[in-house]
Amino acid sequence: MDAISIRNLSKTFGKKVALDNISLDIKQGEMVALIGASGSGKSTLIRHICGLETAQSGHSTIEVLGNPIQRDGRLASRAREMRRNIGVIFQQFNLVSRLSVLSNVLLGNLGRIPLWRGTLGLFTAEEKRLAREALARVGIPEVAWQRASTLSGGQQQRAAIARTLVQRSNILIADEPIASLDPSSARRIMEVLATINRDEKITCIVSLHQVEYARRYCPRTIALRDGKVVFDGPSSALTNQSLMELYGAGSEELIPDTAPAFVMPERFHQPHDGISILATA
Amino acid sequence: MSQIANITAADKPRVEIARDWTRSIWNALVWAVLAILLVWSWGPAEVSRWTFLFTDAGNMAQYARGFSHPNFAEWRYYLEQMVVTIQIALWGTFLAAALAIPFGILSARNVAPWYIVQPVRRLMDACRSIHELVFAVLFVVAVGLGPFAGVMALFVHTTGILAKLFSEAIEATDPRPVEAIRATGASRLQEVIFGIIPQVIPLWMSFALYRFESNVRAATVLGVIGAGGIGQVLFEAIRGFYYSEASAMLIIMLVTVSILDLLSQQLRKVFM
Repeated sequence: MDAISIRNLSKTFGKKVALDNISLDIKQGEMVALIGASGSGKSTLIRHICGLETAQSGHSTIEVLGNPIQRDGRLASRAREMRRNIGVIFQQFNLVSRLSVLSNVLLGNLGRIPLWRGTLGLFTAEEKRLAREALARVGIPEVAWQRASTLSGGQQQRAAIARTLVQRSNILIADEPIASLDPSSARRIMEVLATINRDEKITCIVSLHQVEYARRYCPRTIALRDGKVVFDGPSSALTNQSLMELYGAGSEELIPDTAPAFVMPERFHQPHDGISILATA
Repeated sequence: MSQIANITAADKPRVEIARDWTRSIWNALVWAVLAILLVWSWGPAEVSRWTFLFTDAGNMAQYARGFSHPNFAEWRYYLEQMVVTIQIALWGTFLAAALAIPFGILSARNVAPWYIVQPVRRLMDACRSIHELVFAVLFVVAVGLGPFAGVMALFVHTTGILAKLFSEAIEATDPRPVEAIRATGASRLQEVIFGIIPQVIPLWMSFALYRFESNVRAATVLGVIGAGGIGQVLFEAIRGFYYSEASAMLIIMLVTVSILDLLSQQLRKVFM
């Protein structure tokens, strides 16, 4: 049984084709990168998989763990129930900013606990302990009682991951989780996701902007262009050369000019230029 | 696992999607309609009489002179009645806010389906479009002269207003946290409670407090038809040409409303 299986998925927004007849399978326990320039349909695809968006009518199906979450553009009646097995991480973190971090993490329980208890917001001591544990696992145990809006971007994203940990989903889908973060936060987030995938065998799909991260953290890459799958295979096969062929001028967006953070220190060691000028003056 | 599916040269020209002319035309049309409506209303609203404001200003001054010597002899009584007015406004606003929460949620387009939104909105329109005074007359018949008729009148009218404001606040919320909660498998109600309510609480509080301020003013007017409070005393004074007494009451009202204004401003800051 595949974790995710998509057949003939198409979607247009107005006149723009966002997804064009996509079919793909993802096995359980895989860590897959979804890459593509902005506007290539990554987010749209992800939103379809977790049932936040419905396809247009046609013979499309999206199956998650063997059950259809949507078929022919109609959400399955069990979609709400199925969503709890699909943890989603968003580019803008999507925390409820006025609630505490701990409350935000506890909300991950909503799909699992009895309806009345969730609705009244009554969480057990055990659930609260697990939520704290999840925060500790992503490395921010100290912020539990802060309002979510007071955290930095990287911390908010880690809180959002803690929320999906509490949700104990079998599949984790991250929509550009690092696109609005600085490089060091971005690496931490990717490490956390890779660890979750390795230790708990949770299927991970991560949409990314930069192919660098895909090569480093994800064995498999699916590349989209204009809503079509243009590459699906081992990330190692995706060289800068093949990206150029896939995206043409658009590939610049995906290949970062050799990260400036690493180049900088070398320059400081070079003895000429600025320092010598100062000395002579 | 499939390998490179089809590598093609990607530099085919991308076509521009045509400009949406209908929207530009709509914008222009809306402004044109507003201009036409204003011109059309000029005559019937007798706006052309605005010159009288200057030529006959003397009349106004003479009338106002009657109020220039406030008589505070009975200030204790006025203050008592002022407090009654505030108490009327307090209950009217509280009941309205409590009921405006479910009605506001049900008339928000991003929460409820249209077949619920439309009837609830029309009901709220009805509550809002009929003036407090009309409701007050109605309730005086049912519950008799006095403050409770005022409470009920404010309650019904304010429910209509707050439900609209509450639902507009809901419609302006950020949908992203709500989606995140939906993605955990939460129910529709849970999405509202945890995703929407925390976002709108400060705004709701501030709307409710603002309506409380306006209701204190409205409650004084309700005195005219005998719904209690300082309004009733004020209109009796004006009708009896006791302008100095009326003037004292107006000053008390002004000061009270200003103090309430300051207080509720401070309160709103706490909730933000």
